[in-house]
Amino acid sequence: MTKTTDHLGRPIVAITGIGVVTSLGQGVEDNWAALTAGRSGIHPITRFPTDHLNTTICGTVDFLPSSNKGASALTYELAELSALEAISGSGLSTNDFGGPLFLASPPVELDWRDRFSLYDSANHDLPPYERLLAVAREQLRSETFESTQFGAIADRLSDRFGARGLPITLSTACASGATAIQLGVEAIRRGEADRALAIGADGSATAEALIRFSLLSALSTQNEFPEKASKPFSKDRDGFVLAEGSAALVLESLESALARGAKVLGIMAGCGEKADDFHRTRSKPDASPAIATVNAALADAGISADDIDYINAHGTSTPENDKMEHLSLSTVFGERMKKLPISSNKSMIGHTLSAAGAVEAVFSVLTMQNGVIPPTINYDNPDPAIELDVVPNVKREAEVRTVLSNSFGFGGQNACLVMAREPG
Amino acid sequence: MSERDVVITGIGLVSSLGEGADSHWQVLSTPGQAPRIDAERFAPYTIHPLPPIDWGQQIPKRGDQRQMETWQRLGTYTAGLALDDAGMKGDDALVTTMDMIVAAGGGERDEAVDQSILDAGLKRNDREVLLNEKLTTELRPTLFLAQLSNLLAGNISIVHKVTGSSRTFMGEEGAGVAAVETAAARIRAGQSTHALVGGAFQTEHPDMLLTYELGGFLHRKRWKPVWSRASNDGGGVISGSGAAFLVLESRAHAEARGAKIYAVIQDVASGRARRAEGNLDEAISGLVRRFDLPAEKMLAVSGASGAHVATGAERRALQSAGNFALRGFSSLTGHLREAQFPFAVALAALAVKNGASYPAFDAENEAELDGAPKAALATAIGHHRFEGAALVVAA
Repeated sequence: MTKTTDHLGRPIVAITGIGVVTSLGQGVEDNWAALTAGRSGIHPITRFPTDHLNTTICGTVDFLPSSNKGASALTYELAELSALEAISGSGLSTNDFGGPLFLASPPVELDWRDRFSLYDSANHDLPPYERLLAVAREQLRSETFESTQFGAIADRLSDRFGARGLPITLSTACASGATAIQLGVEAIRRGEADRALAIGADGSATAEALIRFSLLSALSTQNEFPEKASKPFSKDRDGFVLAEGSAALVLESLESALARGAKVLGIMAGCGEKADDFHRTRSKPDASPAIATVNAALADAGISADDIDYINAHGTSTPENDKMEHLSLSTVFGERMKKLPISSNKSMIGHTLSAAGAVEAVFSVLTMQNGVIPPTINYDNPDPAIELDVVPNVKREAEVRTVLSNSFGFGGQNACLVMAREPG
Repeated sequence: MSERDVVITGIGLVSSLGEGADSHWQVLSTPGQAPRIDAERFAPYTIHPLPPIDWGQQIPKRGDQRQMETWQRLGTYTAGLALDDAGMKGDDALVTTMDMIVAAGGGERDEAVDQSILDAGLKRNDREVLLNEKLTTELRPTLFLAQLSNLLAGNISIVHKVTGSSRTFMGEEGAGVAAVETAAARIRAGQSTHALVGGAFQTEHPDMLLTYELGGFLHRKRWKPVWSRASNDGGGVISGSGAAFLVLESRAHAEARGAKIYAVIQDVASGRARRAEGNLDEAISGLVRRFDLPAEKMLAVSGASGAHVATGAERRALQSAGNFALRGFSSLTGHLREAQFPFAVALAALAVKNGASYPAFDAENEAELDGAPKAALATAIGHHRFEGAALVVAA
């Protein structure tokens, strides 16, 4: 009989369903084919005009009915599609899921189109603060109201899939997707649930979002060849590429998965986190919080650094992140880091922000299942200060039993996941 | 009694009534308190404004203060009050291993920039180009971070060095419920030994009022207590600026460091009623029935928002599910959205600790209650969605 508890006697958490949408396409199959072919989903922006913008490229998801309907609508649709794929694949009910929902999604705001539209009806004799308020109270717009409520997307998803209890919507910035998974893992380990649905979804690539990151000098401005702009670990990397996407994972106690004869796609073996108190956007120069995060995830999984076969990098392609990520990993893994394969999915899909940790967890599962490591593309000009085997430009076949997946975010957020192909 | 009981060892509070756990107890336990309101600034809406705050008391560096809009500053300040109260402030060994869950909103936008875009937009057909033009030149680069949801937690890490972990939950009142519930569940299960949990809300911004009024939730006439607002006076909610943070610990952790204990969070229950189906009354009474309640009449610190459907349902449900003396604190603080549930739990803990109930905040609608409460209920029924309750008992 398979052992269903881990090294600390806690329930082992299996992954029994995965779903994903990115600029590369909808669904696990299309994404994996594109990702292993080294194809980029980065393209010129067409959703809004790019006049006055320094960055005119992105990895938006432009092929869905909600792609032009604002951040809330698109984030919901992205989440729904990936969750539907994940739950369907798990063999569980798609309208009576019966476990808690953890949703990583971007903070919501009143869309500019709605703001303009309200203002078009405004009485300009009123003081400025009251103009939109007066329109709001005179013509209630429930759709607009819902788009400003932080709990609305998770509420709708709970209805759609029959999730149990109060759904949690969370943000740990660019680590959100990993945090959603961690919350699910913890709930199962506490014995509160046999299964949990963890989703990361982000459809918030509006003009204002792009401008905000641009004003922080975080984005690549290499607009001429969009597919070449995201170049993690390269010497001429100059920022990340704003992108959208979503991924969902059905997490389930191994015991429950085996009992119902579900296919186990992988094991979510460990999670680690540690906050950074150095700066709002920069990491502590000694990378100690990231180091502590990786070590915490390894310890939680009950394995040592030597047991990791592959690292799915945060790898944003910003000068700061890639340097810090290298420093933290080479501290934990030592000399071995020069030979340990590490690749960045963001070289092809860009940075899906709130979704990234979940998207990359799904790709990590696929990496183990298929024995194929997706490449880091655009690695034509290696940064000599970052000595890594980034699986440059071309996929690689390899036996991958364990993956470490990193996620780091503004606000000192660090989260790290350890996944395994087999239990124990 | 168990080593893994979740005990409250620190409370930080700010509202229109003042700042600090003890000062809130003093004010709220004095009968006949009048609300502190501003009915002019956002007329026809009344708000409960922030009290005067000397930010430097908890956020010493002016550079840090400048990196935050008021909401983040309020939360960071109040988190500092809670850490101080727990005797943890500046204790590196404790704060660098401390977990944190913040219930956050966000979006404190630059009113002047937005207004100039709206006004210019009246004369332009190419509004999307206008947006690019204005936002690229007029937005303060760091404003994004100063209003971003997870940066309240980020600033608490920077200012107070709370770095064991940092998670931000979003979703109005439900975020506050889930934050307390998750932090408590982690401690009870041994996943955490001590945690900072709470939220802040700063209502003095037209967009913050707008997120209520797009759903028709705001009371528009003269101030009334939360139970007495009529539907022809608007939606029933009067909002306030305020914050509540709690330091939670396992009993073993608290006792080992000799901490004072306010009370125990015995249980937290949460839910997502399908309100459109009209089952909110049952959902709320169902939450409360999950608790092991004493037979005698009991204090219920209610976070009722004033929103007609939810507030009516809560009142009926608590009447049917037990014998409660309600205290709707929003009458005096205004609705604090994400901070509502942590605030309710804090007030419940203060009553249990001080061995006295609060006098009625609204004598017409709230029953008398004498004697020293051994337990108190705390509720936050979301003005539009999500519900939570906690049972707080004597240590």
